[in-house]
Amino acid sequence: MSGSFRRLISGRSTAVLLASLGAGTMATGVLLNENGSLAAEAKKKLYPPSSDFPDLRKHNNCMATALTPAIYAKLRDKLTPNNWTLDQCIQTGVDNPGHPFIKTVGCVAGDEESYEVFAELFDPVIKDRHNGYDPRKMTHPTDLDASKLKHGMFDENYVLSSRVRTGRSIRGLSLPPACSRAERREVERVVVTALAGLKGDLAGRYYSLGDMTEKEQQQLIDDHFLFDKPVSPLLTCAFMARDWPDARGIWHNNEKTFLIWVNEEDHTRVISMEKGGNMKRVFERFCNGLKQVEHLIQERGWEFMWNERLGYILTCPSNLGTGLRAGVHVRLPNLSKDPRFSKILDNLRLQKRGTGGVDTAATGDTFDISNLDRLGKSEVELVQLLVDGVNYLIECEKKLEKGQDIQVPAPLVMFKK
Amino acid sequence: MAAMKNCHNDYKMKFSVDEEFPDLSQHNNHMAKVLNKDIYSKLRGKSTPSGFTVDDVIQTGVDNPGHPFIMTVGCVAGDEESYEVFKELLDPIISDRHGGYKPTDKHKTDLNYENLKGGDDLDPNYVLSSRVRTGRSIKGFTLPPHNSRGERRGIEKLSIEALSSLDGEFKGKYYPLNGMTDAEQEQLIADHFLFDKPVSPLLTCAGMARDWPDARGIWHNDNKTFLVWVNEEDHLRVISMQKGGNMKEVFRRFCVGLQKIEEIFKKHNHGFMWNEHLGYILTCPSNLGTGLRGGVHVKLPKLSTHPKFEEILTRLRLQKRGTGGVDTASVGGVFDISNADRLGSSEVEQVQLVVDGVKLMVEMEKKLEKGESIDGMIPAQK
Repeated sequence: MSGSFRRLISGRSTAVLLASLGAGTMATGVLLNENGSLAAEAKKKLYPPSSDFPDLRKHNNCMATALTPAIYAKLRDKLTPNNWTLDQCIQTGVDNPGHPFIKTVGCVAGDEESYEVFAELFDPVIKDRHNGYDPRKMTHPTDLDASKLKHGMFDENYVLSSRVRTGRSIRGLSLPPACSRAERREVERVVVTALAGLKGDLAGRYYSLGDMTEKEQQQLIDDHFLFDKPVSPLLTCAFMARDWPDARGIWHNNEKTFLIWVNEEDHTRVISMEKGGNMKRVFERFCNGLKQVEHLIQERGWEFMWNERLGYILTCPSNLGTGLRAGVHVRLPNLSKDPRFSKILDNLRLQKRGTGGVDTAATGDTFDISNLDRLGKSEVELVQLLVDGVNYLIECEKKLEKGQDIQVPAPLVMFKK
Repeated sequence: MAAMKNCHNDYKMKFSVDEEFPDLSQHNNHMAKVLNKDIYSKLRGKSTPSGFTVDDVIQTGVDNPGHPFIMTVGCVAGDEESYEVFKELLDPIISDRHGGYKPTDKHKTDLNYENLKGGDDLDPNYVLSSRVRTGRSIKGFTLPPHNSRGERRGIEKLSIEALSSLDGEFKGKYYPLNGMTDAEQEQLIADHFLFDKPVSPLLTCAGMARDWPDARGIWHNDNKTFLVWVNEEDHLRVISMQKGGNMKEVFRRFCVGLQKIEEIFKKHNHGFMWNEHLGYILTCPSNLGTGLRGGVHVKLPKLSTHPKFEEILTRLRLQKRGTGGVDTASVGGVFDISNADRLGSSEVEQVQLVVDGVKLMVEMEKKLEKGESIDGMIPAQK
């Protein structure tokens, strides 16, 4: 681990030690900045937590449902070791009241410790979002053994493409809402150095967003690889677009089947994809690539953020656990017109999106179908669920083509309680 | 909580200047022109007592590289002390933006409307409306890029108290953004009074739209000639306006109203932020000094297409905008003409320039209508 980061970790340890001694904000304030602490004390008296409690009456998001004045009062003056606050976690949810039909999450983590320091908020949010998963009582299974996947070859008359994505965060560095420019650049350095070590079918190249040529940019757009500066207020209000495009970029292998986004909504987003229906191979490459990247960063003393309560730690609570979205672009001209389509998807624990991704509409009869769940089931379990589900949808489609009737399957159970 | 940012800043100090310095290679704004590693190195360890840091000051300028033709400021203040603590960065920016204004210069404040000469006789066939606006910040509170919900609500509460006590021509009503009825909203839109959640990234990247619409609102008098915006880009924006060309009356009402409001805030021990070097302290360095934009909507279809139009404006120390305000286009030959300066000259002086300049331009327009030349009327640089 580089020298500056060794110092960094020890500095953080001191802060954690102080916090655990119950010294709280005051001690940290005095040690780090004498002037600031006096102002902080006076300000706390003048503005008790009740004066700062957000107006959430028009809001429909998980944060607004979970946050009470009592929780806010308890957490407002706490700091993570990286000095991230509750107000910063919830800003995006305060600024984006949401939609009556779509419940967004409404809060983000600034670092790994956010989920612990602000557990009184994040735990109920996680429960709400992840089907009642209780981080205090349950553990999350991680399983990246692609050999366990069965029936992962789809009928290519229906399935046009297959894709699996997840995210990974680098332990020791703040997440996109909170990171400084130096941290973000360090994430880029760590990841790009590791990716340079990939060989064979995974060998590839990095394109920095700020430095790519116009020709490279056009090619990445044509390949549907290029990501843009976020415009969604859900992300911009969470401070994720700061300093754009500094330290952002895209890596992909020469075969264009394995792609990594650096410093977009997470430290990394990892994507395995192919045209056609060979989800087995897509998932194999996904698992293999992830393991190799993990090994390469570990060689240099880094690791991914992970724990057994929450699985892989990512910026948005909705992506905890596996962070995995496995999906296909599939033609379902008959099934999509059947009134039972939504119910079938619900019971199979699948979600439909337009072919442009989240919040887009479908073009023609082609849908993006993917797993709904992220936390509480392993990668293998979720991809199997997607595979079984899509195979079922294709069977339904074929039946409808022949004028036969279809059945709504029984709902899948998420957790054995 | 503001003080937390102190600590986060000290955490960042573990990284080197090179590691943290922003990439400004694509940028064209005042901040990018001035900021270098030397200045950044000197300032990055500092923070104002409320916890505002140099990274907070410059974030909007880092996120908005600007336009080759339009030079934005690229930085904001988070509190009154920002202008002192980050002098080394802000003084040169202020100098660039305000015609070479030096750190030792003193700014003159003159809100004595009787010092304005003329201004009551602008031809209403050409001058459709007259308006003067400024901003005011309330001492003891941090500014919109930085303030907490509690502070913002405190500002609103104080403002409502102050404004509700006004009477006579200033008697009026407050409409909180988060509580007005549909009918009230439509009326405010029809009157062109309603302000929206900022969409400009210049403002959103500076943190000014946080918690919208909490503690934001509009107050106006019953006559609809005096209007105050609460907690938009500044604590208060104060506007005096009316149809026609009687700028003298608009300015009188402006000065009287402002002074009445200031007295009430002072009584509550929360006067306006002001010092003799920078005048009135506002969020954006471009609005320091008087913070005053006095202007008219004026019909100049012929003059505006004259090749010397821009030069005339520059010499008169005036600026043109479209009738939608900043960054809009003109419609039907009608322009928004206002003073270009804010700092280094007084309110009276700036409004005088508008009055004299617009009078001259209307005379030029009339000459051009008759097919006559205006070459003899081109003014010297003011």
